[in-house]
Amino acid sequence: MSAPPAPLGLLAELTHRCPLRCPYCSNPTELSRASAELDAATWGRVFREAASLGVLQLHLSGGEPAARRDLAEIVAHAAAAGLYSNLITSGVLLDAARLRALAAAGLDHVQLSVQDAEEASADRIGGLSGGHARKLRFAAEVREAGLPLTLNAVVHRQNLDRLPALIDLALQLGAGRLEVAHVQYYGWALRNRDALLPGRQQLDAATATVAEARRALHGRLVIDYVVPDYHAHRPKACMGGWGRSFLAVSPAGKVLPCHAAESLPGFDFPNVRDTSLAEAWSGSEAFGRFRGTDWMPEPCRGCERAEVDWGGCRCQAFALTGDAASTDPACSLSPHHHLLDLAVREAAAAPPDFTYREMGAKAAV
Amino acid sequence: MTVEGATVLRLARGMRLREDATRARWVVIGPERLFVPDEIALEILRLLDGARSVDAIVDDLAARYDAPRPAIEADVLALLRDLAGRGVVAA
Repeated sequence: MSAPPAPLGLLAELTHRCPLRCPYCSNPTELSRASAELDAATWGRVFREAASLGVLQLHLSGGEPAARRDLAEIVAHAAAAGLYSNLITSGVLLDAARLRALAAAGLDHVQLSVQDAEEASADRIGGLSGGHARKLRFAAEVREAGLPLTLNAVVHRQNLDRLPALIDLALQLGAGRLEVAHVQYYGWALRNRDALLPGRQQLDAATATVAEARRALHGRLVIDYVVPDYHAHRPKACMGGWGRSFLAVSPAGKVLPCHAAESLPGFDFPNVRDTSLAEAWSGSEAFGRFRGTDWMPEPCRGCERAEVDWGGCRCQAFALTGDAASTDPACSLSPHHHLLDLAVREAAAAPPDFTYREMGAKAAV
Repeated sequence: MTVEGATVLRLARGMRLREDATRARWVVIGPERLFVPDEIALEILRLLDGARSVDAIVDDLAARYDAPRPAIEADVLALLRDLAGRGVVAA
């Protein structure tokens, strides 16, 4: 096999600790404890190894990355390694002084999540009373610190109708960019799918809202938006293809082709405590398993889109079919594609209560 | 934002122009964004210092490449208007 392409992006999940309890959290259902977390010096080594592998962009995430008191030291390591650093945060743990320290340490960009545009709903979805108001203050502090801001709105059936208000909120907060991110249904979100999955009409209205706002706000606000898998005919090139352009490191040091891959069974993922990032990327069985097209089953094998979508998402394939090596059911050519329609129909009933993300409370996979 | 001859532009906040040594190229990096400028675009981006106007950049390039000014001006304006629309450069 030829050498794999060099990775462009690294997601560093610094911790799984978080004061929010979003029912669609992308962390694995088995959350790492604080005692298992890598220390700042080890993150520094990981960042230097990433930069020499070809990584340009670093996403500092969690959990809530600011749950770590040594976050500024970690940011300084990223800047010293020459990586573009993006802090992905809930905004509820950082005050203006800590934020200034992060800016001084070389932080390039802040991405703030909001759960809704309406306070009561936002606090209910995030599971933290007072969280939304704190986020609004934080956004102002980000601007005052001179840092560029992206607003990240995770959308689903219970807030999608307020997308116009979310767009207004992004403008009001001085964000240069808005990510409208549909929930992806594995892990915690799969457990809450019936409460979250939007119907077709609601989705079409949202898609039209985005198209109109993009026209009206051209040059003022960049809006990123992707139609969710459950209403798609073709799968996404998840992570740009397994082991092709992206890697993640978990709080405890596991090197993963995607932040959700830790939940896939039958893998022995490399750990930065025992191996270099270069060895994990180029030499490990885990990264090689679904890389390229050789592993593909029908109908991916020989498909003209095999190197466009790379077979879609392995985690979604496992979540819906029980086999991580099957075609992503988001593809209309998948023999399991009907499962998505079925799920949309089932979710059309009255939404059940959320199962909130909790340390030690296990979600069904 | 309108981009005219007198406009003074710089890279937008959060955008960085840097060398990508692994891939032997220069890139503009932003949040979830990566632009690979061609040779001409790279020359223009390097001249965005937050002090020079678009006119001054056109003058510089026209002199350096000994090319007709109107053609250079049209190229520079088209590129910078596109980048401004995408949030890569700002006044």
